[in-house]
Amino acid sequence: MLKDEDRIFTNLYGLKDKSLKGAMSRGHWDGTKQIIEKGRDWIIEEMKASGLRGRGGAGFPTGLKWSFMPKQSDGRPHYLVVNADESEPGTCKDRDIMRHDPHTLIEGCVIAGFAMGANTAYIYLRGEYMREREALQAAVDECYDAGLLGKNNKNGWDFDVYLHHGAGAYICGEETALLESLEGKKGQPRLKPPFPANMGLYGCPTTVNNVESIAVAPTILRRGASWFSSIGRANNVGTKLFMVSGHVNKPCTFEEAMGLSFREIIETHCGGIRGGWDNLLAVIPGGASCPVVKGEDMKDAIMDFDGMREVKSSFGTGGMIVMDKSTDIIKAIWRIAAFFKHESCGQCTPCREGTGWMMRVLERMVKGNAQKREIDMLFEVSKQIEGHTICALGDAAAWPIQGLIRNFRPEIEKRIDQYTANAMAHGAVLEAAE
Amino acid sequence: MSVRRLADDNVQPQSFAFNEANSAWAAETIKKYPAGRQQSAVIPLLMRAQEQDGWVTRAAIEKIADMLEMPYIRVLEVATFYTQFQIKPVGTRAHVQVCGTTPCMLRGAEDLIAVCKKKIHHDPLHTNESGTLSWEEVECQGACVNAPMVVIFKDTYEDLTPTQLEYIIDRFEAGKGGDVTPGPQIDRVYSAPAGAPVTLTSDTPAPKAAKPVEAVAPVAPAAEAPAAAAKADAKPSLDDPNRPAAVEKPATPDDLKMISGVGPVMETKLHDLGIYTFAQIAKWTEKEIAWVDGYLAFRGRIVRDDWIKQADALARGGEEEYVRVFGKKPR
Repeated sequence: MLKDEDRIFTNLYGLKDKSLKGAMSRGHWDGTKQIIEKGRDWIIEEMKASGLRGRGGAGFPTGLKWSFMPKQSDGRPHYLVVNADESEPGTCKDRDIMRHDPHTLIEGCVIAGFAMGANTAYIYLRGEYMREREALQAAVDECYDAGLLGKNNKNGWDFDVYLHHGAGAYICGEETALLESLEGKKGQPRLKPPFPANMGLYGCPTTVNNVESIAVAPTILRRGASWFSSIGRANNVGTKLFMVSGHVNKPCTFEEAMGLSFREIIETHCGGIRGGWDNLLAVIPGGASCPVVKGEDMKDAIMDFDGMREVKSSFGTGGMIVMDKSTDIIKAIWRIAAFFKHESCGQCTPCREGTGWMMRVLERMVKGNAQKREIDMLFEVSKQIEGHTICALGDAAAWPIQGLIRNFRPEIEKRIDQYTANAMAHGAVLEAAE
Repeated sequence: MSVRRLADDNVQPQSFAFNEANSAWAAETIKKYPAGRQQSAVIPLLMRAQEQDGWVTRAAIEKIADMLEMPYIRVLEVATFYTQFQIKPVGTRAHVQVCGTTPCMLRGAEDLIAVCKKKIHHDPLHTNESGTLSWEEVECQGACVNAPMVVIFKDTYEDLTPTQLEYIIDRFEAGKGGDVTPGPQIDRVYSAPAGAPVTLTSDTPAPKAAKPVEAVAPVAPAAEAPAAAAKADAKPSLDDPNRPAAVEKPATPDDLKMISGVGPVMETKLHDLGIYTFAQIAKWTEKEIAWVDGYLAFRGRIVRDDWIKQADALARGGEEEYVRVFGKKPR
């Protein structure tokens, strides 16, 4: 287990003082000015060297992303936008950062803003995080009062942090949809290119980063890139907030080193699987959009980007949804399909029509009221949606269903057989195949 | 994608205006965005209108469009796109939003929905007969490790059982929603594992300075260990006026261990302070809680575990009442 002194989020559970004073006593806001004095290039090089990959799900190297911002301003202001629209089922890490350790995020905004030449940051929270917004706003106000934010502040880089929020649309977690929403429109993703680093918020160069990616930056720069990159396996380094929900004895959020096995994580932090390891059916490893993995493949899999790719899934945000053998796996995936149907923004036809279609077919499969050839058809249709939409929501809706068919096809067939047999036993007339 | 329409004209009010405080707030909010980009404030303003009136009315949409110099259709588009906006009237005392997405479903959200159907209305987004309550199933609310959960107004109620949800709904219907402490309804701190945190158990925060690698923080014993209590410096005085009144040991003292958070050691300490009954604890004032918390070096657990509510239930009706209130047996 990661040692407490190697944890970045030292007040994750809100047991300690949340105020600026408390955060400073835990080592935050220490030497921010000195870090800024080392210059933009040093910060970006150090972030690249640390090997930090974005914590929002896609795992794009953070330092590299920062370096895409134009070096010289062409007169347009630069913006930093923090994506706190955490809505992926199974994911709830940023919530704890914002309500209990907000100063990590605010300090990170100043440093990241400086590194990309931005004087303004907008933090876009999901609308449901109202108490989190209040806690974060209180922390921002404290920083203004203490002269850490605003014009001519103590850090030597003029910087303003504003909070903005959405109103219950998952799609606004997609970076260009988030920018549309921040501009006061419906959250429908934009076509790329142009990329936000050239044409983002209000047509100005913008970088959108996840809360956790920004919040870990100050500690990485203080302790050195080599400290961060020494934790975990190559290309999958650092500490990470993990969340475990579903059928474990003690669901919880915690910070842990990357590269531990699933078994070790569950045993150390979550008190084991409900009913023991033999009772494990399946795991969705990184939030609802990741393909489901069979229990036996998951037990000793390594929890990091590459480890999850080896089991044909994705590390995503590190939010594991654990299912034991009492779970109706088809229904569990149907509920995810229903989620994506609800959250499709309606812009691209394959997604708008496809998410609803897939949900309806799955709904019949939950009962078994389907034909076996429809399983292949469902798989085919999901392939038609994947990759044919502007944003990744179409892919995200297709993957869980593909994972289900890949791993639990016998279960679906069994359900169909059962339904057919029962229908005959009760004397119902079987419908003709066509 | 969900198709949403505004409420019927016969329930739409004629006009809308922000109250004084909200008007000032709106002016400040618009200033957060660059000149000419006031449209950005549309979601925050609509949300504030909803907080003020309970739902988003047509009049509010038009008023906000005028404030931000936007065409009405653009604001209508936003109000119907974002599902957190209630565009029809909802329960005046509580609109219960049950998360039904997979992580919550796995831990029993369907039972919570059954409670809502039974107690409020068979269909979502319909008020009960008196118009005080309504419910809906919502998508992930971002509290998956605390599943299952509901949201009422701004607060989340997490780690619920159906019995607890019934209790919570009853309190809100009685207009006493404030009685229920938001957050986890079982013995845990926010998103930490049930019982006690496994990580971040060190007492002293990591010291500053010492770059590039911070100095190793000494690992202190867990908060509840007697050693930590003994070590706590500057214990409040026993003569402090805020010390709760002591009583003589009654013939049959209550089993204080039934309060979640009180173990045998803690019970002995409470006895030493002359605390023997649930009724005594139930009556503690805020200052008295602070004193006991300080004296026993318990770092806020009395409030976190809500001893007062627990003791109150136990004093009123013993184990039976406790089960009714908390949906589980006292331990």
